[in-house]
Amino acid sequence: MELIVTSYCHIHEKKVVINDRLVFYNENILNFADFIKSVYKQEEINYPKFYKMDSLSKLGFLAAEMVLKEKPVTGYDSDAVGVVLSNSSSSLDTDIIHNDAIKDRTNYFPSPSVFVYTLPNIVIGEICIKNKIKGENAFLVSEVFDGKLLVNYVGGLFLRFGLEACLCGWVELLGNKYESLITLVEKADITSRESATGFKSLPFTIKDLNQLIEHN
Amino acid sequence: MKPVYIIADNIITSLGFTTAENVASMKNNVTGLKPVDIASLYPSPVILSRIDKEAMESRFLMVLQKYKKSSPLTFYTRLEKLFLISIADVLSKTEIIPADSRTLLVISTTKGNVDLLEERYKAVFNHRRLFLWELGRLVSEFFGFRNTPIIVSNACISGLVAITTAARFIHSGYFDHAVIAGGDIVSEFVISGFQSFQALSPLPCKPFDLNRNGLSLGEGCGAMALTSKPTGINSVPVRFAGGAITNDANHISGPSRTGEELSLAINRALTQAYLSPDEIGYISAHGTATPFNDEMESMAIGLSHLSPVPVNSFKGYWGHTLGAAGVIESVAAIHSLRTGDLFSTAGYEQPGVSVPLNVLKHHETRSIQSCLKTASGFGGCNAAVVYQKL
Amino acid sequence: MEELIEKLKKEVIEQLNLEETKPEDINPDSPLFGEGLGLDSIDALELIVLLEKNYGIKIEDPKDGKKIFYSIRTMAEYITEHKK
Repeated sequence: MELIVTSYCHIHEKKVVINDRLVFYNENILNFADFIKSVYKQEEINYPKFYKMDSLSKLGFLAAEMVLKEKPVTGYDSDAVGVVLSNSSSSLDTDIIHNDAIKDRTNYFPSPSVFVYTLPNIVIGEICIKNKIKGENAFLVSEVFDGKLLVNYVGGLFLRFGLEACLCGWVELLGNKYESLITLVEKADITSRESATGFKSLPFTIKDLNQLIEHN
Repeated sequence: MKPVYIIADNIITSLGFTTAENVASMKNNVTGLKPVDIASLYPSPVILSRIDKEAMESRFLMVLQKYKKSSPLTFYTRLEKLFLISIADVLSKTEIIPADSRTLLVISTTKGNVDLLEERYKAVFNHRRLFLWELGRLVSEFFGFRNTPIIVSNACISGLVAITTAARFIHSGYFDHAVIAGGDIVSEFVISGFQSFQALSPLPCKPFDLNRNGLSLGEGCGAMALTSKPTGINSVPVRFAGGAITNDANHISGPSRTGEELSLAINRALTQAYLSPDEIGYISAHGTATPFNDEMESMAIGLSHLSPVPVNSFKGYWGHTLGAAGVIESVAAIHSLRTGDLFSTAGYEQPGVSVPLNVLKHHETRSIQSCLKTASGFGGCNAAVVYQKL
Repeated sequence: MEELIEKLKKEVIEQLNLEETKPEDINPDSPLFGEGLGLDSIDALELIVLLEKNYGIKIEDPKDGKKIFYSIRTMAEYITEHKK
């Protein structure tokens, strides 16, 4: 079975690259919150819940939205689409916010809307809710981007467990350091190899994933 | 597809440090859930299942001696100690060699060493220990595993995702053996968070009961050894027969209103196992005892035509152990599969879900061939795994 | 009362991250949940935190929340009655 990346979004160092096109860059934006809000506004994604998300979810959610805008998965059954994401810091960025709320016993107000994001797989939940995706999902943690782990894991889901499309990649954020690479993986024989915007798909291999994360 | 067998296991909770100790306590209807009033842990009293520190350290000292480690006790965090005791126990019961390139280690945890964010630990432990991959590396290096461990952090289904992942990698032929370990401790971080969700029961939790009023937290750790090449199995062989994960796509904290997605995971796991619902003899449910979780589970079990099957929840014995739950509750379920001894649902008195279930009120002995383990968690995730006796 | 209502609108917008909602968009008598602001169960819990943090009022039974958080006005009335 040949698997291909039919759409991808790489967000890193104030830049957003979608399918080889630089769609956003603003060197004057210093913090993540301003950066991600600017991208959200530019892309005209009307989803008020976005503002309720934590930083990690905002990052992964927007990257997934941009991937799916170029190549929707609406043609598949909801349970034939999966989401497999990974990162290095888990939810540590939001863990610190929750921990700050309970540091002082005289000013002790843990917030449920913060606590719920102290799990890294909530970003998968957000993506699934927006896009009605109900298939296989997993959140894996590795020190650095591990293309082999993702290719082996996701490849097995296609081969044996009936998956037909999968959002797969890396969503890392800690403070103002962030990087996300989300790819849409599909079967070469049931999808077109070229997107409406002229992006020619890539093979879903360790080498190609590594090149995407290193060269954009 | 290569078959995958479960050949050794361990459970650590407040009830004991081995599977046998935990099972013996449950047989005697001992629950680990107690009111805990420790100001440094939480400002007010709370029901918890907590592992005794001194007992843990004496077990851990034996592990340090066995593996000839010179690091002092204080070098390791509470959670690291639990992982090391649990994996050491499992390795002592198998011939699996960690240094073998065909052996995989999979770690499951939701919060890892998150307690190290507390001021009192800041000067004691390097901040790197907050990262889950560092926890994985420490555990892996302790035993000399050759391959980089896979780390799963997928809310309350983490344990089942870890087991399913390991089984899939063995099925695919990437590995022949795997050690899976899942663990989480009870920290102020987690208690305060669940409290802000008004999710904690003021009394020990009552899974599936009419008067259930929230969950009780517990700490736990567990491990399991899987292999495709069993040698010298001295207990009843049990295989991992199928596992599936789905998402509700409904809400990040509230479970599905219909149970359809958990039911889908159950159906997929059954299909992989080539089993029909009437061949499942027992279900170890998630049964957190929150009003919505148990209700959703009852609907899912009904949708999958499993309502008559005996079902229990272990949460009334050792609380909700988060990243350990899928592992230790699978181990306990596999024990029931092997011996036919099914455990009661501690805390359950009268039916309290809309789809009638066959909730185990007392311990029962039944001969069963296959069982189902389910879990659901924040982020809308659901998991189902089928274990089968050969 | 009207002063408290205006203050509450701002606090609710801030606490619930209703970034695209302005105070004048909220009718103090309209239901907060269901249609309208699109609030959910986490928002309900967050409003309990708001009452405790900003007004020192503790709601022991979350089931009481339904009445108290029906609208901005019912919230204001509850605060006026229970503020220490």
